[in-house]
Amino acid sequence: MRTKQAGTLARRTILGGLVAAAAAFAPLGASAEEVVNVYTTREPALAKPVFDAFTEKTGVKVNTVFVKEGLAERVKAEGAASPADVLMTVDIGNLLDLVDQGVTQNVKSEVLEKAIPANLRGANGEWFAVSMRGRVVYASKDRVKLTAITYEDLAKPEWKGKICIRSGKHPYNTALIAAYIAHHGEAKAEEWLKGLKANLARKPAGGDRENARDILGDICDLGVANSYYVGLMRSGKGGPEQEKWAEAINVILPTFEGGGTNVNVSGASVAKNAPNQANALKLMEFLVSHEAQDVYARANFEYPVVAGSTVDPIIAAFGPLKIDNLDIAKIGQYRKAAADLVDKVGFDN
Amino acid sequence: MSSPATYRPSSVSGISGAAGRLMRLGALAIVGLVLLPLAALLATAAHGTGDLWPHILRNVLPVAITDTAMLVLGVGIIAGTIGTGTAWLVAVCRFPGRGLFEWALLLPLAIPTYIQAFVYVDAVHPLGPIPTAIRAALGMKSPRDLWLPEVRNIWGCILLLGFVLYPYVYLPARAAFLVQTASALDAARTLGHGATATFFRIALPLARPAIAVGVTLALMETVNDIGASEFLGVQTLTLSIYSTWLNRSSLPGAAQIALFMLVIMVGLVMLERWGRRHISHANVGNRARPPMRRELSAWAGATAFLACLVPVTLGFLVPAGHLVNAAYGRFMFRGLPETLLPEALNTALFAAIGTVLALGCGLLLAIAARTGTVRSLLLLRFAALGYAVPGTVLAVGLLVPLAGFDNLVSATVQSLGGPALGLIVSGSGAALIIAYVIRFLAIPVGALETGYEKVGMSLDMAARGLGEAPGGVVRRIHLPLLRPALGTAALLVFVDCMKELPATLMLRPLNFETLASQVYGEAARGSYEDGALAALVIVLVGLIPVILLARLSRPHAG
Repeated sequence: MRTKQAGTLARRTILGGLVAAAAAFAPLGASAEEVVNVYTTREPALAKPVFDAFTEKTGVKVNTVFVKEGLAERVKAEGAASPADVLMTVDIGNLLDLVDQGVTQNVKSEVLEKAIPANLRGANGEWFAVSMRGRVVYASKDRVKLTAITYEDLAKPEWKGKICIRSGKHPYNTALIAAYIAHHGEAKAEEWLKGLKANLARKPAGGDRENARDILGDICDLGVANSYYVGLMRSGKGGPEQEKWAEAINVILPTFEGGGTNVNVSGASVAKNAPNQANALKLMEFLVSHEAQDVYARANFEYPVVAGSTVDPIIAAFGPLKIDNLDIAKIGQYRKAAADLVDKVGFDN
Repeated sequence: MSSPATYRPSSVSGISGAAGRLMRLGALAIVGLVLLPLAALLATAAHGTGDLWPHILRNVLPVAITDTAMLVLGVGIIAGTIGTGTAWLVAVCRFPGRGLFEWALLLPLAIPTYIQAFVYVDAVHPLGPIPTAIRAALGMKSPRDLWLPEVRNIWGCILLLGFVLYPYVYLPARAAFLVQTASALDAARTLGHGATATFFRIALPLARPAIAVGVTLALMETVNDIGASEFLGVQTLTLSIYSTWLNRSSLPGAAQIALFMLVIMVGLVMLERWGRRHISHANVGNRARPPMRRELSAWAGATAFLACLVPVTLGFLVPAGHLVNAAYGRFMFRGLPETLLPEALNTALFAAIGTVLALGCGLLLAIAARTGTVRSLLLLRFAALGYAVPGTVLAVGLLVPLAGFDNLVSATVQSLGGPALGLIVSGSGAALIIAYVIRFLAIPVGALETGYEKVGMSLDMAARGLGEAPGGVVRRIHLPLLRPALGTAALLVFVDCMKELPATLMLRPLNFETLASQVYGEAARGSYEDGALAALVIVLVGLIPVILLARLSRPHAG
């Protein structure tokens, strides 16, 4: 008797679960509501403030899925039936990959062309940068007395055992190494990478913010990391502990010899089979409005791509950003060579 | 593991008629489903030119193979030793705390490997709570005064993984020790063997199949781990698959490495099976009386207590304590995120559906094999292959056929004048569920296979002799006897689905977050403290099945 009741209960529970699940399984796009579907490699918390502002202004709902890896593969496999409208990445290499894999469409928009400098968008409207970040140096306030440094300097023996960095295979570092190759050629880049490796205080691991923490923890004196993390830490948005990490460092905007600071972009493309094309364009145009650029600057501490937009004071305090003169598409071009070098010198080993 | 002869005797003719045909069809369909992503992977690999290989052979594989081998060996030794040793202690000895440890030893199951890595990097960092407390106690000022072990390397990775993965061994090993006949152990003792010799010469060989299943599961988890090894800076084969795919934009190259890895994994499993091909224990299930627990001396008891306390502490108390602390800090700083509840519901719901389906499929395969309805045991081996493929690779392999199917359906319906259906499988949660089933089918298949070994074939023959139909044998004899194995499998699959990350990230629909994807999202932007609450909820939800599991696996439960 007891087991029979238990069995019925179990059956009911399972049935209830299935009914509830049906809601989750219902394919999207059936409703008449105005939507735009965004596939992004950017962490949801960082993209949300801008999307919320867009929905408030236009009434178009933004559906998102954060696809860390395999964005291009997913869209490609989904083919004609893909719900994706806008594809966003946080690395120029990944963005160019989307274009190469044929999952984007060219966009003709005066708004976009007027707002974004020519070197920060595809020549035929394949992709558009919407924000920028610098690959900068965190230096210990107590132990490092420097106001300027070059990327080349990081390989000098005086820094032996003093530098922290994340995996050389991470897109941010791959892009930096690719830029080095573009400037100096592969042979010099290999030498540099070997020198940098010899200077590491620990294995390349963890994330960017840990460089600041490891500097406060006296594990290293210099760290190579993205500029906006400093804003997130220093503003207190990361909590009181991270504020302390950020207090331990000065930020130096490094430059290439004869060049400027290495920047990477977050950017967007319209998906080839976008079912909501008009809304996709509306969202892209919104992303380069002063309003959205301000959100990028204030909420995420990024550099705006649109001239005349404000930079957050924490970021502005690093001093004027002199963007490297390198054509950003070149960085994408040397990405494979950079990945090969990382393996060859055993950077992560 | 019994030899195939006892597993599939000729005296049982299998389920015949329509039911038998249906079962055969179902078994083939399940195996087909598992092979689907692998076939897609093969096709992708075949597209590659192989021009990456000189570079991969020279610069990637030497390190990747060395690191992976060291990791597998190290985790295998640690998880195997702790799992088997503690299982033996709580199964046959009496010492203070035994009853508590019996279930507490399972707790690390609730800690995903990536969370274990995040926590320890945090906890033993010079600025972390443990070193800070030590420095304060010793009156040190600078972080540099206190030497600390660095966990961001292979040794740290081996230790951290070993201490959360040993329950995969502990669980089956303990079950095996509990059903070993008292007579076999007593006979060994009467013949003059001490406790040690009894363990090594009788108990361990008898429990070997169960231990092997457990170690295999633990090692598959190790090899497929991406979060922990990436965070700790270990260069595994799985990581090299990722970097080949993502940094070189070469999916074919990545697929080739993945297949290479799959061959190694299958080879290892086959080698282990070959090693014990002659071992067959006909009467393991005949339990005349449970073995008496031996009272340990004060010293031995204290040692046993410590031996059980250390893994529970390092595998659960430290990470859970740190998470509680971090989550509390986060809660005070930012309050409870409103997304937490829907994420927890998504996680529990999808894990539950995945578990029910994986169990159903596993049961169908096991019954088909046992009753001889399906002749080839190879089917079972194929069905377990999904566990040997890294989650993301599996997901990519699944995307192509599933989305292809969706497009076909949508286009067909539209050509008949219907509406555009969109992606009915790959764009909904269904793809995720399918991935869970394929990935974790190995667990019920393995558990039921070992479960069936304890159900003597003589029972089937007796029942058939008394006129029971094959279906009735399954319903009235097998299922009741398989309940513990089913329960164990269900809970392991549930916990694994909950912790699953790479396939979830890749296949989930729009606006869909699980606790794991939330933790990872935060960790990916370097603010994993923000994920502390979600991580804590994963652990708490994971505790429920672990506690159920502990109750279920008590010898006289039910």
